[in-house]
Amino acid sequence: MKLVFRDLQVPLTEFTLHLESVLEGQITAITGASGAGKTTLLDCIAGLRVPHAGAITVDGRTLVDVDAGVAIPSRARGVGYVPQDRALFPHLTARSNVLYGANRATGAEARGLFTLSHAVEVLEIGTLLDRSITALSGGERQRVALARALLSRPRLLLLDEPLAGLDARLQERTQALLRRVHVEFGVPMLYVSHAPEEIAALCDDVLVLDRGRVLAHGAPESVFERTDLPTLRLRG
Amino acid sequence: MTADEWHAIVFTCVACSLSTLCILPFGVALGWLLARRSFRGKSGLETALALPLVLPPVATGMLLLRLLGRHGPIGGVLERWFGVEIVFTWRAVVVAAAVMSFPLLLRAARVAFEEVDRRLEGVARTLGASDARVFWTITLPLARRGLLAGVVMAFARALGEFGATMLVAGNIPGETATISLSIYRAVQLGEDASALRLVCASAVLAFAALWTGERMLRVHRGRR
Repeated sequence: MKLVFRDLQVPLTEFTLHLESVLEGQITAITGASGAGKTTLLDCIAGLRVPHAGAITVDGRTLVDVDAGVAIPSRARGVGYVPQDRALFPHLTARSNVLYGANRATGAEARGLFTLSHAVEVLEIGTLLDRSITALSGGERQRVALARALLSRPRLLLLDEPLAGLDARLQERTQALLRRVHVEFGVPMLYVSHAPEEIAALCDDVLVLDRGRVLAHGAPESVFERTDLPTLRLRG
Repeated sequence: MTADEWHAIVFTCVACSLSTLCILPFGVALGWLLARRSFRGKSGLETALALPLVLPPVATGMLLLRLLGRHGPIGGVLERWFGVEIVFTWRAVVVAAAVMSFPLLLRAARVAFEEVDRRLEGVARTLGASDARVFWTITLPLARRGLLAGVVMAFARALGEFGATMLVAGNIPGETATISLSIYRAVQLGEDASALRLVCASAVLAFAALWTGERMLRVHRGRR
């Protein structure tokens, strides 16, 4: 995956997110303090927010280019988004949530790798499908939201703090699950996280944001060894 | 109960149901528009649509009489082109009830749409849903509780409508007389027993409307 941000500018409450970067990892992390602009960046890629200026391209395909007046609607971007609160539809069962995006173009379940049965097998959600969303635990919601995003056949998966709110055991399990999802479905991931350990374990590229600017960018092992970024040192 | 009393009860139920059904699509559409879109003249439109809530009902009735009368801009056109008379017919009762109850439905619909998490709609779009599909499968189901409350309030308001209906529909027993108008007439004529029977019928209807609304809300809550 090659994700390019060209002179991207998004005004936030206290500062402007300003990005000029090329991300080329298969699982790329975006990290930084709370309010650094990480979720805003995901929203811009997904099309939930329109930048003030600049452009975003994924593998040469322009998603948005403010100067050229191009803005592909969210539904045509091919981007699967799992927000931090998972944003599952509360009035639908887990099955209807998972199949929401699969039914879109053809009225039939997505084919090939991106089938319900494959998602059920990889994410272990078979027993959850007929349950109400309100009856699911945090970890179960995470898996259902991942399945829903995957069944829309995305070219890029955006994950906003997928391990947030899970206990240590579930975090470990979800990490393994994410690795498996990446191997089984082969979809590049853009992954927002606060935890250097998590990023080092999962990602091959990391972008560090600070108040809307890039503080560091590179392989996790080199970024996390920098002495000028004390909050991003690996523990132990 | 006399035949006229029965007529008033049945007619009121039918007219109020009809008026609520008529305003429902407009209430939903305008409620969504006001909740989700910014446009010039929005606050003016909102205020104008809320006017029947604060204007004396007889004043609204007077305006309706002017608009819908034979020589009025709307009534004249309807009569000349379609041969449809509004004023002093059952249609006037439906129109008066619709106009008087519309602001309540609109307000409830607007709040209901404002309360729907827009992030859910955004995520639905990333899953390939068109704006129409997002509306029918996400926005509307999530707003339905508030919409239902609006429908119940509008129906209950229509049941109690008096001032505007009196002016625009008259009080013709067996034709345009609603429960409220019939109670007024019975009191005027000193027929207290008839008035009391109609008061009881009115209370039963209002209770049934509110109770049904509450039940439906509870069932809906249970499903969530």
